[in-house]
Amino acid sequence: MEEEIIISGRMNHKVDPLLHIWGWEIAFYLFVGGLAAGILFFASFYYLRGKDKELPAAIKWAPMITPVILILGLGALFLDLHHKLYFWRLYTTIRLQSPMSWGAWTLMVETPLSIVWSATYVREVFPNWDWKFKWLYALEAFFIKYRRVLAWIMVFYSVILGIYTGILLSAFNARPLWNTSILGPLFLASGLSAGAAVIMGFSKNELERKLFSQLDLVIIGVEIFFIIHLFMGLLASTEVQIEAAQLFLGGQYTLPFWIFVVFIGMVVPALLELLELRGQKIPVIIPVILILVGNIMLRFIIVYAGQASRYLY
Amino acid sequence: MRYAMAIDTKKCVGCSDCVVACQIENKVPVGFCRDWIVETTTGTYPNLETEYRSERCHHCANAPCVRCCPTGASHIEEGGVVLVTPDLCIGCGACIASCPYDARYPHPDGYVDKCTFCIHKVRKGEQPACVEVCPTNCLYFGDLDDPNSDVSKKIKERKYKRLKTEAGTDPQLYFLI
Repeated sequence: MEEEIIISGRMNHKVDPLLHIWGWEIAFYLFVGGLAAGILFFASFYYLRGKDKELPAAIKWAPMITPVILILGLGALFLDLHHKLYFWRLYTTIRLQSPMSWGAWTLMVETPLSIVWSATYVREVFPNWDWKFKWLYALEAFFIKYRRVLAWIMVFYSVILGIYTGILLSAFNARPLWNTSILGPLFLASGLSAGAAVIMGFSKNELERKLFSQLDLVIIGVEIFFIIHLFMGLLASTEVQIEAAQLFLGGQYTLPFWIFVVFIGMVVPALLELLELRGQKIPVIIPVILILVGNIMLRFIIVYAGQASRYLY
Repeated sequence: MRYAMAIDTKKCVGCSDCVVACQIENKVPVGFCRDWIVETTTGTYPNLETEYRSERCHHCANAPCVRCCPTGASHIEEGGVVLVTPDLCIGCGACIASCPYDARYPHPDGYVDKCTFCIHKVRKGEQPACVEVCPTNCLYFGDLDDPNSDVSKKIKERKYKRLKTEAGTDPQLYFLI
């Protein structure tokens, strides 16, 4: 039998025997980044369509959590840095070729936007809220006046934030599993699905819940289409890409991927939503949690499996 | 100017002197290495062939680590040498994930570290530490734009291969076969 044995004397920490430079911090950030992008996209999109009376959960309630989760995500990114005190170097330059650079700048726009957006609605959501200072009331009035401008910027930047979480990984041609342009759209769709799920969870009115349930069904369909496309692309490519696809088709990530991401995170919630739309009573929290679990598992599995895929001489 | 290195796989015996010389010259932290030996055995028993290679950063002309770096810490110095500026590096790991050769590592001090072709010695007219110390003289360093440099002559007379060119990196290590 033709054999090839490769022995390397290198054993660098976090690089050998398999790359593991990125851990839970990146996966967690990709999850919350996508989720926040999804919520803020629907909030600004439906605000611009003039639906702020009909869809309070999408426009007012769900965005309340986005500043919190974005700041948690930024905290995770900070933890991931090895040279932490130099983090500000990200903001002394713009490097268009580096997705991480324009992603950092996108976060710099989107995080304050999410704070301002929530702040303009905080007194509607929490009637007892008191800004304490006069100038804060003035600031609030100013932003409420220009909410439409905020919404236009936000609708644009939330798409960039959602797609960036995938493009960050697909820019690495050294990791064949990541190096596919479908990862950007897949992560955007998955973030929108998570956003729609959270809005469903917050919603108290039947019409809004139904709308987001239908939207979620369509997005899950798109996600499954992208996943099929991902494998078609990998399997029709070179040897290293075929090997990368094998990680999910018999390799070590097969069970977690197909069970947690596809079955529990997409197929089951889609079926539950279908049943609900047909009039069955299903507690909304079940599909919401399943979708979020599938979402977070997708990020973890892609981040870890991507580092296990490589060019081997 | 285009610095490059040729490694004679027929002369390399895999002694790891280059690894140790580099660790001492560049004060590489214990447990890490900027260059390393790879030994491959291929064929069908009993017709096996073993090859030794002294490997390091390939100082790619189209370096993915430089493209992915969000701060510009990873850059291409004159002569095509890929370097990291520690004061610009945030240690995000993007360059480590982007390198098909896994030639970079996180230095315990936080920044990302890698082979520099011993540019501090080269600027003084010396050779990189690994080249100086090699007991079989299997490493050749020099300027590809100079037809009389050691490396230019070697890749003109000998057959060579480059590793993982399919990753689109245009690597500048030439393995003489």
